Amino acid sequence: MAGTPNAFQRANALVGRATQRVYALTMNAFGLVMEPAQKLLGVRRMAYLFVLPNLLVFGIFILFPMLLNVYFAMTEGGNLFPQDRPFVGAANFERLYTCTDYGDPNTCLEDRFWRAARNTGVFVFFQVSGMVLVSLITSMVLNRKIVARGFFRSVYFYPVLLSPVVVALIWKWILQRDGVLNAILIALGLDPINFMLDGTWAMTWVILVSIWAHMGFYTLILLAGLQSIPNELYDAGAIDGTSTLQAFRHITLPLLMPTMMVVLVLSLIRAVQMFDEVFVLTGGGPGSATMLMVQYIYMTGFGTQNPRFGMAAAASVTLGAVLLVATLIQLRLGQGSERHLA
Amino acid sequence: MSTRFRLPILLALTLGLLLGSAFAQVELRMTWYDDGAEGVVMRELLDRFEAANPDVKVIMDTVPYSSGILESLPLQLAAGEGPDIARVTNLGGLSQYFLDLRPYLEDAAYWDANFGPFLDWMRPAGSDAIPGFMTQLTVTGPFVNKTLFDQAGIAVPEGGTWQEWAAVTRQVAEATGTPFAMVMDRTGHRLAGPAISQGAQFLDADGKIVVDDPGMRAMMQLMIDWHADGTMVPDVWIGSAGSYAAGNEFFVNGQVVLYMSGSWQVGQFTNLIGDAFDWVVVPNPCGPAACTGMPGGAGVVALAETEHPAEVARVMEFLAQEEQLAEFYGRSLFIPGHLGLAESGVTFATENPLTGAALTAFSQQVPLLHPIAYAMQAYPYNFVVFNAIRDRLTQVFVGELTLDQALERIQADIDEALRESGAN
Repeated sequence: MAGTPNAFQRANALVGRATQRVYALTMNAFGLVMEPAQKLLGVRRMAYLFVLPNLLVFGIFILFPMLLNVYFAMTEGGNLFPQDRPFVGAANFERLYTCTDYGDPNTCLEDRFWRAARNTGVFVFFQVSGMVLVSLITSMVLNRKIVARGFFRSVYFYPVLLSPVVVALIWKWILQRDGVLNAILIALGLDPINFMLDGTWAMTWVILVSIWAHMGFYTLILLAGLQSIPNELYDAGAIDGTSTLQAFRHITLPLLMPTMMVVLVLSLIRAVQMFDEVFVLTGGGPGSATMLMVQYIYMTGFGTQNPRFGMAAAASVTLGAVLLVATLIQLRLGQGSERHLA
Repeated sequence: MSTRFRLPILLALTLGLLLGSAFAQVELRMTWYDDGAEGVVMRELLDRFEAANPDVKVIMDTVPYSSGILESLPLQLAAGEGPDIARVTNLGGLSQYFLDLRPYLEDAAYWDANFGPFLDWMRPAGSDAIPGFMTQLTVTGPFVNKTLFDQAGIAVPEGGTWQEWAAVTRQVAEATGTPFAMVMDRTGHRLAGPAISQGAQFLDADGKIVVDDPGMRAMMQLMIDWHADGTMVPDVWIGSAGSYAAGNEFFVNGQVVLYMSGSWQVGQFTNLIGDAFDWVVVPNPCGPAACTGMPGGAGVVALAETEHPAEVARVMEFLAQEEQLAEFYGRSLFIPGHLGLAESGVTFATENPLTGAALTAFSQQVPLLHPIAYAMQAYPYNFVVFNAIRDRLTQVFVGELTLDQALERIQADIDEALRESGAN
């Protein structure tokens, strides 16, 4: 209805005009900078100008520390500032890789590095394969029309929201000598087990806890992948008389492979980088039974009163290189399977 | 505004700014950790200092001992980002970061007279620097759950070897259904006293660290045996990889008969154990060579990176006075690290007879400490030695190394750490 605008409408119009003015002023201000810049650089090079802020952040906070780390790996001593650190070339790497038998860490100069490498290998293998398997099964169950599907989807995702330290502390209370699990074992008339004092038990629980804590995230990714598979394919398969297993093998698995590859790469990187949960849960013990590579780096560089920054940096460069190669191999394999699918 | 008001207002503002800057507070940060409740006492002392010195404010940053003092503080200091004052136990290892207060002190002779022997622990050899004072002198030694002995009908021995103590505590544990006979803090420092008692030398004639000798082997073998046969609580050494761990919870909870720790536990045992059970401090068990524990202690030190050395010195001078320290030691139940107070005695603020007896027992241990124990406490890289022993011995417990391999690794770890730190 037309008429005299009320106070609200007047205020609204005022705000609208003010917003337009601010927008126009802002754009003009940008124009003052961008137009001369475009004249100077040309249209094609303007893209670099837009990328520059992000590139600066990347360079300062990622690239520069990485290069600094490589330099640290070629120095030694307890001084923190690069200019105060004696340059030793590849001596740290040489010491790190000196072994008479790579299968036996006791024959290596830096035996803890090789113990950590071995532990990391075991952890990554079982954690990643377990993670993918459990996440796949869970996502397939959650993809079916089960009762309270939304509730279960939330429940499986809930541990992902917890801080790794909280996760580790919860499980520590469950697994320790006087913990909940031993109380249950005793109540059942069984002998308690010192899970954290036995290397095999400790590693087993570290893997299980890690899977429990992170599977929700990967389940969600796989669930999205499953939901993107057209139902028509299953319908066509059903007409052809395929069994459930055949449908899984010939429809679900191949079409889910790109998503699986994402899950595999992400979980592998996360597993190799694992530190916080394990450190709080076992401290790397008993002995060094659950000391993973990142903990070795932390303990060598920061966790003792006589830090060896150079050795820690050399180990982290090694870890980075291994991770890069592993990721490239996985991506190549993933591309291969996608081509095969096409 | 009328022009006639402008000038007075401007003058008032200028005067306010000048007065404001004249009374600007210098803010000092003190990194602190607590063994018991001594932080409360220190805060009260600092409050008194601040009341008398309104231009200085001291903020206490209380951090966990292991992660805050042992791990983070050295990194902060290396990065030049440390506090102005800190309470530390690694006195020799961090001495390069300490401020020499001598030029700022009104009465440096008081410090030399009362803290002299301990100042040598916190300054480079040959230096006369005054970096700080001791918040406590500590002596390592065993606590015993006397109630368990009484329940077992076994008298607490007045002396004996480590093997004899292991045997008798096992008997008590069996008789009373106590899970464990003994526990020791997870640190090479706690092991050092018993090792010296077994004959460990640590330092050779040239002052270099040598770990592999019959005494050290004997003590390490005892530890291996005690962990294998269940005499020792495995959770502390085996279950706490990579860092210091205390066994106090097992003792406080009555799960162990004997706890090898030190005098700094007295305050918290008084509070935590209360009248739950009787506990006593017994003399350090013997070996073929000695019956010694280790001296040690914590000190409050000024740090060289401070931007306010004069104010730091004022705080330190206030805290180090006899009156303040008598209250601090007395209320915190710490053995005085001040020679004057050690001689005149401190009134410990406790009505618990167990506490007084424990502090007396530890004080009586001081003259019995072996010279090697004092030499190792003064050795600036002792933490390198103690950490290597702690970590490698744990690997023997879990079967990752043999004793021979562990001893080789300990020596190699020490040599490498000293080489890299430029000490060799």
